[in-house]
Amino acid sequence: MSNNHDKHADDHGHHELGFWQKYIFSTDHKVIGIQYGITALVFLFFGFSLMMAMRWSIAHPGEPIPVFGFLIKLLLGSDNASAQFANNIMTGTLYNSFGAMHGTIMVFLAVVPLAFGAYGNYVTPLQVGAPDMAFPRLNMVSYHTYWPGGLIMLISFFVPGGAAKSGWTSYSPLASIADHGQGIWHIFNGQTLWLLGMVMLITSSLFGSVNLIVTIVQLRVKGLTWFRLPFFTWAQFITAFLLLLAFPPLESAGIMQLMDRLAGTSFFLPSGLYVGGQALEVSGGGSPLLWQHLFWFLAHPEVYVLILPAVGIVAEIIACNTRKPLWGYKSLVFAALFLGFISFSVWAHHMYLTGMGTKVSTFFQLTTVIISIPSVIILTALMISLWGGSIRFNSAMLFATAFLPMFGLGGLTGIPLAFNALDLYLHDTYYVIGHFHYVVAPGTIFALFAGIYHWYPKFSGRMMSEFLGKLHFWPSFVCMNLIFLPMFIQGMAGMHRRWYDGGASYELSQAFIPLFQPLIPVFNAFLEAFGKNPIEGIRAIDLNLVMSWGAWLLALAQVPFIINVLGAWIFGRKAGDNPWGCTTLEWATPTPPPHGNFLKEPVVYRGPYEYSVPGADKDFTPQDEPPKS
Amino acid sequence: MEIPYTVKNRPDTGVYNGKLGIWLFLASEVMLFGGLFAAYVFLRLGAPEGTWPNGLMNIWAGFGNSIILLLSSVFVTKTWASVKLNDFSGFKRNLAITMLLSTLFLGIKGYEYNEKFHHFGAFMKDPASPVGWSLQVTGHLLENPDKEDTQHLLLAADAYQPSDWASAPKPDNYHEIKENPALRFAHPGIEITGEEHHGEPVLKIAKDQIFRSSTFVPKYNSFFAIYFTMSGLHALHMIGGLVIFFYFWTFGSKMFHTNRAQFANRIEVTGLFWHFVDLIWFFLFPVMYLM
Ligand code: HEM
Ligand SMILES: [Cu+2]
Repeated sequence: MSNNHDKHADDHGHHELGFWQKYIFSTDHKVIGIQYGITALVFLFFGFSLMMAMRWSIAHPGEPIPVFGFLIKLLLGSDNASAQFANNIMTGTLYNSFGAMHGTIMVFLAVVPLAFGAYGNYVTPLQVGAPDMAFPRLNMVSYHTYWPGGLIMLISFFVPGGAAKSGWTSYSPLASIADHGQGIWHIFNGQTLWLLGMVMLITSSLFGSVNLIVTIVQLRVKGLTWFRLPFFTWAQFITAFLLLLAFPPLESAGIMQLMDRLAGTSFFLPSGLYVGGQALEVSGGGSPLLWQHLFWFLAHPEVYVLILPAVGIVAEIIACNTRKPLWGYKSLVFAALFLGFISFSVWAHHMYLTGMGTKVSTFFQLTTVIISIPSVIILTALMISLWGGSIRFNSAMLFATAFLPMFGLGGLTGIPLAFNALDLYLHDTYYVIGHFHYVVAPGTIFALFAGIYHWYPKFSGRMMSEFLGKLHFWPSFVCMNLIFLPMFIQGMAGMHRRWYDGGASYELSQAFIPLFQPLIPVFNAFLEAFGKNPIEGIRAIDLNLVMSWGAWLLALAQVPFIINVLGAWIFGRKAGDNPWGCTTLEWATPTPPPHGNFLKEPVVYRGPYEYSVPGADKDFTPQDEPPKS
Repeated sequence: MEIPYTVKNRPDTGVYNGKLGIWLFLASEVMLFGGLFAAYVFLRLGAPEGTWPNGLMNIWAGFGNSIILLLSSVFVTKTWASVKLNDFSGFKRNLAITMLLSTLFLGIKGYEYNEKFHHFGAFMKDPASPVGWSLQVTGHLLENPDKEDTQHLLLAADAYQPSDWASAPKPDNYHEIKENPALRFAHPGIEITGEEHHGEPVLKIAKDQIFRSSTFVPKYNSFFAIYFTMSGLHALHMIGGLVIFFYFWTFGSKMFHTNRAQFANRIEVTGLFWHFVDLIWFFLFPVMYLM
């Protein structure tokens, strides 16, 4: 773990590239990975900011947004939309718009590009010992299709009428008929731009997934057999297949919705639809369910696109920081493969409420229950991996360990949703929002943070501050639970997911939550001690305040992270080539890895997790270390 | 380090990078067109019984195009063979023929599209009908329908279809209706002028009695919607292929002399794509023209 590569790294420099070729139109997978990472983090922050504004409207309906109102005004440049935001008070339409864009941006522009675009690009080729991706120029094109897709989404805030409002699911008929403008606004409106942006994002992910699969299959170095691949690479491999095969049907659906909007077809518009009291002119036979099927055919596998890379990251970090081999490496791989396969056959569990028929519902109920088995295997294997290790709790490991219960909570709360009868009640309540956010926010996003702490020394050559890391972790951990745990309670009390006033105008949300009633005397004892008036009970709507404050504090909790990432770049301690003592190939490169990655082509002699091997001279044996003869 | 296996096959997988890449890409293309074929099935099953239009396509044009596309696939293979045999002029010739054939295909497709864009149909209002209209008449327009100063449009009608065609029992006087324009086009908004145009009766149709009307563009009915979407996407794939062929034929052909092994791979990979485009057409043709 000395710096003996560093000198090499410097004079290994290839012919000098200009600024543009080096940082903007680079074909180096590491630069592209970092480009993806930075862009996606910006989108992550933006998507989160939209939600913070929405949380104001939920917690303080009808009150003007303090301080940040002017920023939102700025965002809504066009007269039309800023008229909606007169007096800085959130309107229902604007809330819908923010909600739809929050979902879209978080899923398609932030988390997937981070998990697959950034980590897949940066780490996977290193882990298979490749000099670069199989198609470096295609890789560049992929990034340069991704960000314009995002840009189109951002531009859509500024057109008359504002950004898309039909949810991230863009359900027709609403999405087919919303927002039609005159003249060029017929094309440049939020809903159409959403579709155009999506087509670009899908194209980008297609290039990316082809590239990654070919890289893993073709560029594995000598000795790196399939069952010597690190689990992270397996996870990326399966993720790439999901993206490759699940996204195109959404693209075809997107094309059809675009036809509905621009060419006047009615693929997704049923006969007998009345809009504003008038019969809609349709050509007959159109089906809103068709959209839902094509959408969820992507969007369920997409869920695994969001979590598999995260599980991969966590697995690497756990193995390295427990100094123990992963428990059940092969079962992890087979479970992930099985998960990938069967994720193509559960999609309609999102559609129980559509009346598609009991037989169909029963089928999807069955497959959904089956798919929970591999997920449980994965989680169990990771938990057992912790057993008996002397764990090194650095920032990466904190986030990785927190991932396990958070992801577990997200997963377990999904099981009731698998059952048709229960889902009829819980569908479209905050219960569902809580369920999938536990999976993606304290779940996947924690894993992504963990990955940043883990690999930062490799790609920057500097160590991050452990103190700031912990200052980032603990408040984030608390806030995440403050935001999402009450969602289950609200959801079971019947709170609908799209009430922009947080339920203020609905009686349902004013009822006391029975769960809390036994605790009320205890509360009151406290209140009395402080000379406050006693309360009768806690209403579902009261939880909104807790959750919203949780969200705003969560934003504050990211400050140490931002300081850490930027500060460590300049002030961080120099990192060696393998600061954590890991075994996989990405640590066998100079730090930071030069163009072409390895000084000489590595050869692999062993499996990925040979930690604390009895009789070895140190507590880890890198994959490329030749056996002692 | 150079990226390995761009020219040679990797021994344990038996392919070079580009070939695996194109197979994966084609797998995703199968899913793309699969989504659209699924939509076709959905729309067709969802259409009220008997209303799915049949016989609106020019079968001979479609059939001719099938042959042309098949031939072009043969010539792509010959192009690849020429590169392998180090026959530069053969390569140029075969690729040129491929491009000619595909241009011909697109020309015929354009002709078919144009034909459709000049056909016109109107759905006649009927407040009592659950779908809002009761009779569909199609034919050739004799006047621009968008002129604002007219309340009527003139149509040389060649077909008609009542909205309850499938559900209602066949009337006793079916044959009489078929022969007699006055019965066939019985609707308060339609006046039979008595004139004929190329043997078709000319109708004068009141615009305010029309529920909706258009030429045979995608919005006309769900069949045209899916037909134009799918054949349009297919045509876009062909145009993409043509651009790539053209590049190989002109600027890209330098590589023939500098790195023939990789050039052959490029042609092979593009050829695989072309066979796929061909294959899609062999699904499209029966589904759209014959079934
Ligand atoms: C940690 C910060 C986050 C907070 C406070 C938050 C909060 C919320 C809330 C309250 C909703 C419900 C909005 C409504 O329907 O009215 C929502 C919706 C949603 N969120 Fe988040 N979220 C966060 C992060 C994420 C992440 C990381 C993702 C995805 C990877 C995500 C994806 C979604 C999606 C897909 C929806 C549904 C949008 C729709 O209904 O169209 N969120 N979020
Ligand atoms: Cu699902």
